[in-house]
Amino acid sequence: MSMNSAGRPTGVEELASPDQGFESFSGHKGLRLEEQLIFEIGNRDTTGVDIIDVDDFELSLGGLERTSEIACPGLSEPDAMRHFTRLSRKNYGIDMGVFPLGSCTMKHNPRLNEKMARLSGFGDVHPLQPTSTVQGALELMEELSHWLKTLTGLPSVALSPKAGAHGELCGVMAIRAALEARGDAREVVLCPESAHGTNPATAAFCGYKVKDIPAKDNGRVDLDALKAALDDTVACVMLTNPNTCGLFESEIREIADAVHEAGAFFYCDGANFNAIMGKVRPGDLGVDAMHINLHKTFSTPHGGGGPGSGPVVFSDALKDFVPLPYVVTDGEVLDLKEWGDGDSETSLGRLTGFHGQMGMYVRALSYMLSHGVDGIKQAAEDAVLNANYVLASLSDLMSASFEGPCKHEALFDDRFLKDTGVTTLDFAKAMIDEGYHPMTMYFPLVVHGAMLVEPTETESKYNMDQFIRSMRGLAKAAKDQEVERFEGAPYYAPMKRLDETRAARSPILRFKTPE
Amino acid sequence: MRYLPLTNEDRNAMLTKIGVGNIDDLFNDVPGAVLNPSIDLPNHQSELAVERHLSKLSAKNTAASSVPFFVGAGAYKHHVPATVDYVIQRGEFLTAYTPYQPEIAQGTLQYLFEFQTQVAELTGMDVANASMYDGSTGCGEAIMMARRVTRKKKAILAGSLHAHYRAVSETTTQFTDDVLELLVPNPSDPQAELDAVIEAIDDQTSCVIVQNPNVFGHVLDLRPVAEAAHAKKALLVVVVTEVVSLGAMMSPGEMGADIVVGEGQSIGNGLNFGGPYLGLFATNQKYVRQMPGRLCGETVDADGKRGFVLTLSTREQHIRREKATSNICTNSGLCSLAFTVHMSLLGEKGLKKLALVNHKATSDLKAALNSVDGIEVLNDTFFNEITVKLSKNANGVVEALAGKDILAGVPVSRLYPDAGFDDLLLVAATETVLPEDIEALKTALQEELS
Repeated sequence: MSMNSAGRPTGVEELASPDQGFESFSGHKGLRLEEQLIFEIGNRDTTGVDIIDVDDFELSLGGLERTSEIACPGLSEPDAMRHFTRLSRKNYGIDMGVFPLGSCTMKHNPRLNEKMARLSGFGDVHPLQPTSTVQGALELMEELSHWLKTLTGLPSVALSPKAGAHGELCGVMAIRAALEARGDAREVVLCPESAHGTNPATAAFCGYKVKDIPAKDNGRVDLDALKAALDDTVACVMLTNPNTCGLFESEIREIADAVHEAGAFFYCDGANFNAIMGKVRPGDLGVDAMHINLHKTFSTPHGGGGPGSGPVVFSDALKDFVPLPYVVTDGEVLDLKEWGDGDSETSLGRLTGFHGQMGMYVRALSYMLSHGVDGIKQAAEDAVLNANYVLASLSDLMSASFEGPCKHEALFDDRFLKDTGVTTLDFAKAMIDEGYHPMTMYFPLVVHGAMLVEPTETESKYNMDQFIRSMRGLAKAAKDQEVERFEGAPYYAPMKRLDETRAARSPILRFKTPE
Repeated sequence: MRYLPLTNEDRNAMLTKIGVGNIDDLFNDVPGAVLNPSIDLPNHQSELAVERHLSKLSAKNTAASSVPFFVGAGAYKHHVPATVDYVIQRGEFLTAYTPYQPEIAQGTLQYLFEFQTQVAELTGMDVANASMYDGSTGCGEAIMMARRVTRKKKAILAGSLHAHYRAVSETTTQFTDDVLELLVPNPSDPQAELDAVIEAIDDQTSCVIVQNPNVFGHVLDLRPVAEAAHAKKALLVVVVTEVVSLGAMMSPGEMGADIVVGEGQSIGNGLNFGGPYLGLFATNQKYVRQMPGRLCGETVDADGKRGFVLTLSTREQHIRREKATSNICTNSGLCSLAFTVHMSLLGEKGLKKLALVNHKATSDLKAALNSVDGIEVLNDTFFNEITVKLSKNANGVVEALAGKDILAGVPVSRLYPDAGFDDLLLVAATETVLPEDIEALKTALQEELS
């Protein structure tokens, strides 16, 4: 064995290599570090924040001082840093690799956005400061509004909804408010079977009954069936375009015309706007309201499940019903309209505690200004190109659900896994071992064992080729009945498959100090 | 363009593989008349140019840290340790998705479990969810949850519930079966208001919603309200808009709350001109299956090792669709991480001390303002915010002080425009307020009111 002059071995020949590895004394496995809960490692007497001492003074809490304990230990700063760093390393994020989660648009999150959102004039201003002291913040909201209206070709926008589903609520409430304003009580919302679950849930929260619209064999809405379902009880049709099968609704203008002819409104779920931004304006398609997920299309981070931001653009027919507050101007000074004017007020009301997700507005505008309209159009084209490249590269081995071209995502189903003993879930978990986040699985519901792949425009051809190689490898392995590779997967993740049934049967939702 | 990795050579090779001639062949299902419209917006810019433009907009605003600052009313300026912002910017947290693949999302799931535990401990409740959009939307959700639990429809909203929470509750329930009874706000007599709440409870009542400390800063003993509500099989919903107060005050759980709704911004999160913020939602074990929002639960993996997953999703829209308990599909993920990190640093000891420092600063503020001619402090009790009655229109005074680079607070008329509260001002003092800030405010008010 080679050694340096101090006797330290420098070569690797003749080293032992046990087949199975062995258990470490610590429970860690090299860089795979285990981490307990803060409640197990912290100390009730420790605090990681130095707070000045105060002299005794007379409390004014009405005799309602807290005497009970708060069983929350503190961590010193180094221990806190280590705890959360260790936890972070058990997560997969866009920064680590391809994240082809269909319907979620997991594109690169530029760090310029983060830096801009932290400028003190945006991050450190209070929503109820005098508006004279936040003119720049209001100007930013106006500028973002201008971009959103111009890109969608619609005349009005409500910024305040806090997420996509909140935007849907805002849109359908505006529709109901408009219908009621014209004395038109309607009861039904039509949604395709392929809709996101939030669509029917939103309709129900606005007091509507939900009816399904069937799809045709080509994955698009059945126009004749839709026309047959449209009557004067229908308040609106909620449609995602491109739809959740990744396809553009080619008869969309006929759909919009039919909806309007029946006196109903056309709500578009804008979750998939990334495929067509800069290429198609929803306003040209006859859309009355559409939410835009700033955290998908305009690159604000998903943050492990939020916060999102879901502004809604509106047609002329709905613009009088937008929620409060909104920015107004006398031509020079900007102000906020925070309350309605009594009976004459048509706004649907207030949806959020303050003015919505300012932090996301800054990030989204930073992204739009960076890309420009030319870059935005190019981004849509590249997103569609990458998805079609996946479709073209996998169709011989995996079962594509519909004929292409697709838009920004490619849909496969589990026909290619028939008789292999491998399920969509197994396939997804095996992708984890390949170093990828799985695609969206079992959604949309219109095909069996769905696998919805959305690469986004921020993947290079090199990344796409590597990803395709893994997918082809897995598809072949499944067909070759290499069931072992799948049934226990993932093998290389920080954890093996987790027992979700057990979690739901007797829920443990918090830590309790052992008696 | 710096965010787009494909080169023209790549694009051509990929089009060839797909078997089409140009990119618009992939858009052949779009009606030709609407494809590629001319859109009047600027083209792409360098990072430097974007930074210059946005910095200019930012500079037009008065940052809270740059002036004596007393603005509260549901959002509070606190010091956030540097560690918090570093942790939430780690790409593994920042760029992750909802933890639907738990094997590669244990980081997110474990902190959510820690977050739920911290919120349950602070509020004195059994369980908490993984967060809502903000406190106000949580309030609307609580009303609907109380209807599901009690199968009754009438919610009573105390007058001193934050005006925006009242407004959001009205908006979100306008098309549901809920009926709201809004009581009249009373800035000077909290006891009279509690009596009115108790008076209003009847057999039809699903819940009563009371904020503590209330929007005017008064600290309330809610035990009699809980008793009255429970006697009529109604739920007590307690709203906490300043979560740091829980380090000093008896918890809502101890007072008999059935649901606690809170704004968690104060711990770990900046002011951000109103968002993103962090809705807290806690309740008792028996109501868990009627709760809105995401829940993280403990389980084991195939090797028997402890791990965490999202659970009880049969309440949620992606499974239940139109029968879901809520249409909510996100939580305030990263804001809840910021909360968890800050709270882990504070611990019980730090939080209790922080709360005490806040209370002390406001005691000093009250003493200072009491000495000014033309000011009457309305609070006997308070945590870190008080209501003062001025001898002039509060809005005018706030504008005048803003001109002197002092942000003095929130005119109550901004929250209740037509209630005759034009002379009332809400003033908050947290650990960020220095004695010289209080002195500056006092001097400026003396000048303005003399």
